[in-house]
Amino acid sequence: MLAFTLKRFLQLIPVFIGATLLVYFLVFATPGDPISALSGGKPMTPAVESALRAQYNLDQPFWVQYGLYLKNLVTLDLGMSFSGQEVRDLLARAFPVTARLAVMALAIEAVFGIFFGVIAGMRKGKAFDSTVLILSLIVIAIPTFVLGFVLQFVVGVKLEWAKPTVSGGATWGELILPAVVLGLVSFAYVLRLTRTSIIENKQADYVRTATAKGLSRGRVINVHILRNSLIPVVTFLGADLGSLMGGAIVTEGIFNVPGVGNLLYRAILKGETPTVVAVVGVLVIVFVLANLIVDMLYALLDPRIRYA
Amino acid sequence: MRYSHASKALVLSAALALTLTACGGGTPEESANGGSEGDATKVITANTTEPQNGLLPANTNEVGGGRVMDLIFTGLVSYDAKGKPVNEIAESIETTDSQNYTIKLVPGHTFSDGSPVTAASFVDAWNFGAAAKNAQLNSYFFESIKGYKEVSAENAKTEKMEGLKIVDDNTFTVELSQPESDFPLRLGYTAFMPLPEAAFKDPKAYGEAPVSNGPYKLAEWNHDVNLKLEVNESYEGPRKAANGGIDFKVYQSTESAYQDIMAGNLDVLDQIPPSALANYQSDLGDRSVNAPYAGNATITISGYLDHFKQGEEGNLRRAAISRSIDRQQIIDKVYFGGKVKAEEFTAPVLEGYSADIPGSEVLDFDADAAKKLWDEANAIENWDDSEEFSIGYNVDGAGNKEFVEAVANQVKNTLGINAVAKPYTSFKALRDDVTKKKMTGAHRSGWQADYPSMYNFLGALYGTGAGSNDGDYSNKEFDDKLKEGLAATDPAEGAKIFNESQEILFKDLPAIPLWYQAVQGGWSENVSNVEFGWNGVPIYNAITGK
Repeated sequence: MLAFTLKRFLQLIPVFIGATLLVYFLVFATPGDPISALSGGKPMTPAVESALRAQYNLDQPFWVQYGLYLKNLVTLDLGMSFSGQEVRDLLARAFPVTARLAVMALAIEAVFGIFFGVIAGMRKGKAFDSTVLILSLIVIAIPTFVLGFVLQFVVGVKLEWAKPTVSGGATWGELILPAVVLGLVSFAYVLRLTRTSIIENKQADYVRTATAKGLSRGRVINVHILRNSLIPVVTFLGADLGSLMGGAIVTEGIFNVPGVGNLLYRAILKGETPTVVAVVGVLVIVFVLANLIVDMLYALLDPRIRYA
Repeated sequence: MRYSHASKALVLSAALALTLTACGGGTPEESANGGSEGDATKVITANTTEPQNGLLPANTNEVGGGRVMDLIFTGLVSYDAKGKPVNEIAESIETTDSQNYTIKLVPGHTFSDGSPVTAASFVDAWNFGAAAKNAQLNSYFFESIKGYKEVSAENAKTEKMEGLKIVDDNTFTVELSQPESDFPLRLGYTAFMPLPEAAFKDPKAYGEAPVSNGPYKLAEWNHDVNLKLEVNESYEGPRKAANGGIDFKVYQSTESAYQDIMAGNLDVLDQIPPSALANYQSDLGDRSVNAPYAGNATITISGYLDHFKQGEEGNLRRAAISRSIDRQQIIDKVYFGGKVKAEEFTAPVLEGYSADIPGSEVLDFDADAAKKLWDEANAIENWDDSEEFSIGYNVDGAGNKEFVEAVANQVKNTLGINAVAKPYTSFKALRDDVTKKKMTGAHRSGWQADYPSMYNFLGALYGTGAGSNDGDYSNKEFDDKLKEGLAATDPAEGAKIFNESQEILFKDLPAIPLWYQAVQGGWSENVSNVEFGWNGVPIYNAITGK
C-alpha cells in the first residue's frame, strides 16, 4: 500500500509539469497582447510598455518564459498578477472558498444521492422509483445557470430565506444555497448510478445467501448490497470533486462567490499566465489526489481488491 | 476612463424577465436635493469591480479603481454633477495665454495622516506619474507639460519635468509645450491628484493602503471582496460626506448585484444588468435612473482598408454605411431605450455640445440616400458583390454581439452588400489587431471621457498620430482647427471652434457615431439622495440613509 501510494505521488511530477507546460503554452498562444489590453485602449508610452513587458517576462521567447516560471516555482514563487499582487496570495484567498463550496456540494450529492438511490433501487418500478427517475432527468436537463438564477430569485429575493449573494467571508452557512445548485446535477447522476448498481447487486448470489442466513433486511442492504454497489459511485464522486472545484465558475458568478472559477476566468481573459497556470496546477493536484483516495477506498469497499 | 470594455447593455435570456414594460428612456430621474434630511451616519453599500492596480493616481485607468480614487483623493478641482470644475485645493488657476498657468493653493489642507498638502505634493506626484521608470499607465496625461518628452523616454536621464516649478509652499507654475485652454478642466482627473511624501518611498505598499486627502479614506481593502471607505474628518471642501462611509462590494457580475438590490442587500447599483433592462423600471419604480453620460459608441472603419481610404470613395462609402443604420430602432429593440442617438462625435453632457452641427444629417437613417451614396462610390471603383464588409467586436463584453449584429444586418439589408459581424474572443484580441493595424474590416469602438471636455474626445481619437486614433485618421485642416480651439482663452469660444472642427469629421467620418451611453442605475429602499454625475458614476458622498 505504501509503495503504491508513493508511486502515485511520484507520478504527480510528470503530470504536473506536462499540464503546466501545456497550459502555459495555450495562454501564450491565445491571440492578443495582454500589455496593450492593460491600457484599456488608451495610449501607452513606449517606455511604460517596455517596462511592463520586462516586468512580466513578456519580452522573452516562450521557452525562456516557461523556464523562468519553473525556476521561480521551485522557490514557491508563483509570480505576480497584472495588478501587482502575488499569485500565491490570490490562490490562498480563492482556494479555501472554492474548496468549502465543492466539499459541501460533494457532501450534499453523496448523502442525498446515495440515500434516494438506495430507496429507488430497492423499490424498482414502484411509484417512488419512477418519480425520482423523472425528477432527476429534469434536474440533469436544466442548465446550472437557469437553476441558479431561479433558486437565487425565489429563495433570496422573494422568500428572503437567504441573501442572494454571499459576503466576502463566504461562510459555510452562506454557501449552502450555491452548494445545492452546484451539487444538484451531480446529485442526479449519483442517484441514478446508485440505483442501477443496487438493482444489479440485489440479484447477486451473496445477497441471496445473506438473506437465506436470516440476516435482517437493514444489514443486508447496508453491508452487503450498498457496500458492493458503491464502487462506481465512489469513482464518480472522486472525479467529481475536481470538476466541482474547476467547474464552479457559473455558480460562483451567480452567487458572487470569490472563488477559483472567477479568478481563472478573469485571468484567462486578461492573458495573465502565472495565475492561469497556478490555478490549473493546483486543480491538477486536486484531481490526482482525489483519484488516489478513490483507489484506496476501493480496497476498503471490496476486500478482494489489494494493492501490492 | 478607458475604452468601454463592454457595452453597458444587452438583451439576454428572458428567464427572469417576468414582466415586460417599455421604458421611456432619456429622462434623468432627479432625486431630492443633496442636503435634505436623512441619516448621515449610515454606511452606504455600493457595487464595484476589483481595482486593477494599486491605488496610485497615475496608475488607475479603469472604473473599479477610479471611483474609489475620486472619493479618497481630492485634487486642485473636482467636478460637480454636471461636470463643471469646482475649486477644491486650488484657490486660483490663472493664465493669460493658455500656456503658462499659475496655481495657488488654499493653505491648511492636510492628508489623513496630518501631513500638509503643499505645492510639492502636486509637483512631485505629477513628476512621479510621468517618469518612465515608474511605468504608470496614465503617464501620457502629463504629455502637455513641458519637459514630458525628456522624462518619459526610455532610459530617461531626468525625472523632473521642466514645466513644473514650485514658487512657494502654496504656489506652483505649470508651463505647457503649447497653449491648451482645456488644461484646467483636466485637473480633476485621477492622474492629477497630489501624493504625500510617504508615497514615493514604497509606491507599491502605498497603493495598497493609501494615505489620502479626499472626503473619505480607505479603511480596508479585501481583494476581490470589498473596499471599505471611512469618512475623512479632516477633509474640508464641497464634497463633504453626507453618510457614515461607503462599503464597496466587489461583484463579478451585475446580475448578482441586481438581485442584491431587489433583496435590499445592496444600496446603490451603477449598472443595471442586460437581463433586467426590460423590467428594471417596474421592479424599482422611482428608485432607478436612466441618464446619458459622457461616453459614446461608434464604429471605426480604418483608413488603411481597401475602398475605405481617406478620400472621395472612402468618404462616400462611410457615409453610405452611416446612413443605412437605423440607430433609433436598435436603441429601442436592443437596449429598451437605454441609449440616446448620437448627433455628433462627443457627448451631450459636455459644455458646448450642439445637436445641429452642419453635416450631422449623415447620422440619420435614410435608405435611399445610403444607396445613392454607395452607388456613387461604385462609380469611382466598383465594389464586388463577393466582397465582405465585417464589423469586429469582442465577445467578452456583454451586449456587443447583439448591437453589432443588428448594425451589420441593417447595412446588409439597406445596401445589399455582404455585411457580417465578426467576433473576437476577447477585448485583448480585438485591441491587438486594432493597434497593430491588422484589421480586415470595421470594428466597434467607443470612448468614455476622462474629464469633461470635448477635446478629450476629438483630440485623443482623431488628431493626427494621437494615441487612440485607431483608424489612422489624419486631416491637416482638422488638426489646425483643434489647435485653434485649444488656443482660445474663452472656453465657450473654444467649444465653438471644436464644433466647427466636427464639420470636417462629418465629411470624413473617421468613426461613425452610433449613440451616447446612458447609465441605468438603481438603489434600495434604505437610501435617498442618489444622483448620477456627468461620467455615469453615482455621487456617493451625497447619498444618505433613510
